[in-house]
Amino acid sequence: METVIEKKNSNQQLPDERGHFGIYGGKYVPEILIPVLDELEKAYDKARKDPSFQSELSSYLEDYSGRPTPLYFAENLTRKLGGAKIYLKREDLNHTGAHKINNTLGQILLAKRMGKTRIIAETGAGQHGVATATVAARFGLQCVIYMGEEDMQRQRLNVFRMRLLGAEVKCVSSGSRTLKDAINEAIRDWVTNVRDTFYLIGSVVGPHPYPMMVRDFQSVIGRETQKQIFNKEKKWPACLVACVGGGSNAMGLFYPFLPHPEVKMLGVEAAGLGLESGHHSAPLSCGHPGVLHGAMSYLLQNEDGQIQLTHSVSAGLDYPGVGPEHSYLKDSGRVEYTAVTDEEALSAFQLLAETEGIIPALESAHAVAVLPNLVHQFDSGDSVVVCLSGRGDKDVEIVAKRLDSIALQ
Amino acid sequence: MNRITHTIETARQNQHKLLSIFITAGYPHLELTVPLVLEAAKNGADMIEIGIPFSDPLADGPTIQQSSQVALEQGITLTQIFDLVSDIRRQSPVPLILMGYINPILQFGYKEFLAKAAEIGVDGLIVPDLPPEEAGELKSLCQQFSLSNIFLISPNTPSERIRYIGELSTDFVYCVSVTGVTGARKGINPNLLKFLRHVRELITKPFLVGFGIATPEDAQNISRHCDGVIVGSAFIDLIRNNANKSELELLTSVAKYIRNLKSSISGVTDGY
Ligand SMILES: Cc1ncc(COP(=O)(O)O)c(C=O)c1O
Repeated sequence: METVIEKKNSNQQLPDERGHFGIYGGKYVPEILIPVLDELEKAYDKARKDPSFQSELSSYLEDYSGRPTPLYFAENLTRKLGGAKIYLKREDLNHTGAHKINNTLGQILLAKRMGKTRIIAETGAGQHGVATATVAARFGLQCVIYMGEEDMQRQRLNVFRMRLLGAEVKCVSSGSRTLKDAINEAIRDWVTNVRDTFYLIGSVVGPHPYPMMVRDFQSVIGRETQKQIFNKEKKWPACLVACVGGGSNAMGLFYPFLPHPEVKMLGVEAAGLGLESGHHSAPLSCGHPGVLHGAMSYLLQNEDGQIQLTHSVSAGLDYPGVGPEHSYLKDSGRVEYTAVTDEEALSAFQLLAETEGIIPALESAHAVAVLPNLVHQFDSGDSVVVCLSGRGDKDVEIVAKRLDSIALQ
Repeated sequence: MNRITHTIETARQNQHKLLSIFITAGYPHLELTVPLVLEAAKNGADMIEIGIPFSDPLADGPTIQQSSQVALEQGITLTQIFDLVSDIRRQSPVPLILMGYINPILQFGYKEFLAKAAEIGVDGLIVPDLPPEEAGELKSLCQQFSLSNIFLISPNTPSERIRYIGELSTDFVYCVSVTGVTGARKGINPNLLKFLRHVRELITKPFLVGFGIATPEDAQNISRHCDGVIVGSAFIDLIRNNANKSELELLTSVAKYIRNLKSSISGVTDGY
């Protein structure tokens, strides 16, 4: 289906065998999880090298999810903004409407190989929950999804979808009642049910080997993009752009391009009500290194090391941590990170709908929001690839409310 | 000699079982932590574990989650916890162990944290989300400051690793009784006693069993197969259930509960 482009790259060797990306990553977990993570690591290592696993995964990506996803030249938007050519990597056209299924297909095939019978997952926007419930239905495994109470309200449609798919959605009312707390609850379930349960993490976060494994499964985005952009432009893109919640769609797009220094990369976090307001979800922009959910990474925390409450209009970005590999790439300077506010994301949401007839997820709209400035940093002969990580159906209700209230003012 | 080392060695020599009590610092109020700890020590607790509240206690069940949240809502800081501990140390020689998730310790600075802990009379440290793999630096600093660094094992830990942790852990091993989070439970899982016998065969280092122990009966049964028991959530539950009573009434129920636990395990000999 696709060729894996071989590359020599220092980052390609990361993480080290103990799961560290420099000082980041690792396995900061209760002892109960150590044997479980060791088992997972061995199983993944075996599967990764097994051609039958890879071909099984490829065939599901192709026939079930609809890959490869198109790399679409956004001609109207390019003309309107008047700079470098804009390409959209259409992850929104995957089955279930986001990039999340690339990872859930990979992990559920692994779970089956490991003989696990019960799948648990956390979800923020509900996209990962839907993608997990979908593959659990497809492969006949019991499925429990943990979701924060606040997220269940703002992403009601996805709650309904998960239930339709046969998953049990458990409401998490502790802490900030969002993604962070859903992960806490999922981990508590996991330590209680280690023998039969597989924790299907939805982003490049958590203890080793998750950040590596999720990155590998999502790298199909970048590998396809390499082939597609080369066919169209006969050269590498000048810049890649993706939103960063935990960072899985961004890692998936960036990773295969890391060995090519001429390709710039920009990760976009959620600045919420503004970075100065304190109400945001931008650990790479404003946090400092700490340990949460099993790994060392940039974190939003107070001086005493307590995790801070976050805010974003987009539930999928509303998280105080970020993947350890992003933390490493920030420090090394290979990837640049910026943040855009709720308002900027909402404008981009409308802009893309109006110019291209594509309604993006609010998460993805954060990536689109940097384009009006970014495209002018490059020549009109250059291209910029944006990962359109998901479609916006789930967000229409929120956006309608926001726009109504703005219109009323 | 480190007070934990002394307590453990004395217990082994006299063949008596140990009772360790966990309490969340600052729960239900900052001012109550010192009297609660002193009352527990006076009535038979051989060691006290003082929990450092964390916003995201992922190894804990509802009881300790809630006690941590209550303490944090009152704005408790590490500096205040150090003050509490100094206060306790001035009034009691009971071995004191700080127990907390790694991030607050990391942000304080490993070295600063341990130096301060040693200075005010803390004896040991338990970090439930810091397995040996990530503990290198903290472990050698603990050595430097003569603090015990206690590691955990759980029912799914492979034999070879139980031996390894038996070597690594200072003074004793914290043996988690269940695969699960903290929280009082009813009764004993039949597999537990088998597991404890297995651990006894693998390591010579003393080990205490914690997670889920609530009643004197359970404490007694379990203590036959180990060096002592750790009671946390059940103790916090007791405090919560008596929190709106007067301080005197609260301390009276604490004294009674601890005395019952203590007498249930005294005179117990190893039963195989
Ligand atoms: C469409 C979409 N994009 C992005 C994200 C953020 O996750 P990540 O940063 O792991 O790609 C989410 C998470 O829910 C999402 O649903």
